Amino acid sequence: MSAHPAKAQRVGMEVSIAVSHAVQMARAEAIAAYPITPQTHIVEHLSTLVANGELEAEFINVESEHSALSACIGMSAAGARTYTATSAQGLALMHEILFIASGMRFPIVMTVANRALSAPLSIWNDHSDIMAARDIGWIQVFVENGQEAYDHTIMAFKIAEHPEVLLPTIVNLDGFILSHVVEALEFISQEDVDAFLPPYQPKYRLDPKKPVTMGAFAMPEIYTEVKYAHQVALTNSYHHILKVWDEWANLTGRRYRPVETYLTEDAKVLFLTMGSLTEVAEVAVEEMRAQGLPVGLVSLRLWRPFPFDALREAVKDAELLIVCDRALSAGGPGGPVHSEVRNCLYPLESKPATVNYIIGLGGRDVPPEAFHDILARAQKEVESGPSGEFFLYGVRG
Amino acid sequence: MDKFGFAQSQKFDTYASRLLPREEYFTSGHRSCQGCGEALAVRWVCKAIGKDAIIAHATGCMEIVSSGMPQTSWMHPWIHVAFENTAAVAAGIETGLKILARKGKIPEPLPAVVAMGGDGGTSDIGLQALSGALERGHNFTYICWDNEAYMNTGIQRSSSTPYGAMTTTSPPGKRSIGQATWKKNMVAIAVAHGIPYVATASPSYVFDLYFKVRKAIETPGPAYIHVLSVCPTGWRSATDLSVRLGRLAVETGVFPLYEVVNGRYRLTVQPPKLRPVIDYLKPQGRFRHLRKPELDLIQRQTLAAYELLLAKCQAPYPEFPVLTHEEEETIPEGA
Repeated sequence: MSAHPAKAQRVGMEVSIAVSHAVQMARAEAIAAYPITPQTHIVEHLSTLVANGELEAEFINVESEHSALSACIGMSAAGARTYTATSAQGLALMHEILFIASGMRFPIVMTVANRALSAPLSIWNDHSDIMAARDIGWIQVFVENGQEAYDHTIMAFKIAEHPEVLLPTIVNLDGFILSHVVEALEFISQEDVDAFLPPYQPKYRLDPKKPVTMGAFAMPEIYTEVKYAHQVALTNSYHHILKVWDEWANLTGRRYRPVETYLTEDAKVLFLTMGSLTEVAEVAVEEMRAQGLPVGLVSLRLWRPFPFDALREAVKDAELLIVCDRALSAGGPGGPVHSEVRNCLYPLESKPATVNYIIGLGGRDVPPEAFHDILARAQKEVESGPSGEFFLYGVRG
Repeated sequence: MDKFGFAQSQKFDTYASRLLPREEYFTSGHRSCQGCGEALAVRWVCKAIGKDAIIAHATGCMEIVSSGMPQTSWMHPWIHVAFENTAAVAAGIETGLKILARKGKIPEPLPAVVAMGGDGGTSDIGLQALSGALERGHNFTYICWDNEAYMNTGIQRSSSTPYGAMTTTSPPGKRSIGQATWKKNMVAIAVAHGIPYVATASPSYVFDLYFKVRKAIETPGPAYIHVLSVCPTGWRSATDLSVRLGRLAVETGVFPLYEVVNGRYRLTVQPPKLRPVIDYLKPQGRFRHLRKPELDLIQRQTLAAYELLLAKCQAPYPEFPVLTHEEEETIPEGA
């Protein structure tokens, strides 16, 4: 394979391979990874690129995901542009270090090929891995298709490394459903990427000529202030994210927004989805519109920092918002996305009623018909008064 | 640094303390307990690794006593990430430096990368990360501060706690003699990785410690040094006895000082005649409850381990030491 695919030429490629090409074009310098399904194709291809000298980088095959992220922190602290990828149990094994990476403000970029968590063991897609890592202080983006996976991987480096952001960034893509799909993709040239993403200039790094202490412990007198600074940085990263996405739109013509809307004008009922489910929902919504139903679709692209204002703006005129979660907050108020959405809308005087459907767990297929069914059930639910309940969709028996 | 480098260690006998570096890289004012053998060891190890080094440290006593935000005792660039991953962090640093140098972003020679952790962070929770980093052959030196229990969280037993020792989680009682298992042989585990340099050291033998660290730093590839760090708080010993106890550990054969260079063993400090183990155990409150049978058992076990070490030092194939006739007889039938 050539150093990288040619510019603006549509090529058929597996999405995982496209992600590794994005990492290559971003000129990542240091990668540490441990194999876990369905992330493996990404790091397999990256290791091939490194082995062939097509990517000037160091690749460490660590002995666990815990060490993968630990090594990434070391590589980032040394001043290298750092990348890793993981999934499900691997993300869970990293959990402790996820907080440390963001607390110490290392701009590591990570792809999470979303997958269900054990038990029972499931290698298939849902969002229970990343939703269990909701509060880790990383910037988090969800992508809908391969093109977005490529685009957002390159943009993630630029966002993470901005001196006023300095936060690790996760690009979430649905395992198998997206990671293993062959799609037609458009690449931009290496020159364009280089102009868009200059080399990483670390503000602080481990250097004997200018020694610093990183990762010191904090007494109660200072811990809260450090956490506050982290929160402010994460909230403020919103503007930098929009700026980088705008720049990308000028470069490629592909514009991304924190909350995407589809056929929402005059829509009385809105679906809310994340990730690759959005494309299925689009099909369903188109069919419903053809039947004359006032239905629209809202898709949450930016998960952290949470786009409060953009989401309120997108749904305020609807009567009913059906939130489709791909994870279950066991023993809690339903899916984690629904919890956050309801929290976001609560202060508004006029807001849509919300119903929560949890679908597609552990790789269960979600065809467009499911949305038709959910719409009928949700409307019936609302007519009989708001129950505040959530529904695990498609449970047999 | 050549002035104090390994080459100088050949003149070991002529050395005096005034010939060692005067620079302090681990500054005073840290919060360690009185008589802390570990703080003493850190101070000398930092002198030995020299200015041009980066340190990754595990969670533990030394991290807590030296790095309370916004103060620090470290003159080296220093990073702490978590308890069990310091070897992985060091591996990352070494890798990061390597690629930056290859791309011409930082000058060579590269600084030495040193990882440090306590016995819990090394032989228990951090063993996996350490094993991974040793196996992958990163060019770094790992130093274990062995105070034989989890002293940062109190005094809880680790796999490095010696047989019979009292800790808060291995208390002696009607059905317990204290720690019921024998100290994990972390040095043997390091040697088993086939790395070029492994050694034991003690701050009670400063020159020996100093030159072993220099040797480890100057050896390409992974190196491991296991430092016995006397802990008056956890060992229930007098604070002015720390250096003495470190010497007694060596003189009784409990903690022999040796190095393993490319698999070949060599005693670096050879006591002319071993003292009885009781001389080492008696000043420590943590062994106070032991009676004669256990003391005898510890004595026998110490001698057996010491003899095995001597045999490894003499053997042309150290992994297959020449056993004495007596030892051969003790091998059970069918083994």
